[in-house]
Amino acid sequence: MNTSRRNFVSGLAFGTLAGTAFPTLLNAAPAKPGTPFPDLAKAGLEGTVPDLQGKVVLVDLWASWCAPCKKALPMYAELHKEFAARGVVIIAVSLDENRKDYDAFLKKHTFPFTVARDPKGRLGDDLGVTEMPTSFLIGTDGRIHSVHSGAPGDKAKAKLAAEIEELLKK
Amino acid sequence: MKPQNLRRLLLTAAGAILLLTGCQGVKPWQRGQLADPLLNPGRDPVGLAMSEHVWFSREAASGGRGVGGGGCGCN
Repeated sequence: MNTSRRNFVSGLAFGTLAGTAFPTLLNAAPAKPGTPFPDLAKAGLEGTVPDLQGKVVLVDLWASWCAPCKKALPMYAELHKEFAARGVVIIAVSLDENRKDYDAFLKKHTFPFTVARDPKGRLGDDLGVTEMPTSFLIGTDGRIHSVHSGAPGDKAKAKLAAEIEELLKK
Repeated sequence: MKPQNLRRLLLTAAGAILLLTGCQGVKPWQRGQLADPLLNPGRDPVGLAMSEHVWFSREAASGGRGVGGGGCGCN
């Protein structure tokens, strides 16, 4: 193989590799436990966000078209029922790009916790969300305690409840 | 490096840059269209079974999708 052909082939290989790796690098990993959670009041959300200062907060990022997200929402309703009286705040932030889909979903379903919408996906970007749904459990210090990604399993509720209990004791 | 090789290298680099800029990352929350039920080829099981039957009979391809038979369309 002559030099120019080698240059061409290596350039093409590099371009292809870099091109395929680039989108992955954009969403490398979700925010890690211990890092401060972004201020939801400044996240440009549609909807009213309650005061979260000094509270244990569970933020779930979901979308109306996402089947595992819809499976998780009733679980958050149960957790809300269990912990709301003790000051735990649950916020479900929809990353629906289409407002009509979001509105139609909320017409059919009502939730006891706060529901808001992040129309531009800023929160998803800031938190490096790689899967839907992803939820963040935040301690009273405003730092991420744990991150839960993907479809909730059978033990998801018990695990979250145990973590919330742990945070409430701190 | 010879000017001819340099030119080729530059052209290759330009090609690589074009390839790079042609890539678009799709964020997890941007997959609403892809999750549309209309994009699910198996959303109508009866229709799917019928079209499979027609396909394997016409193409004599029975067994190609895990169905036993000889391609006569009679099973």
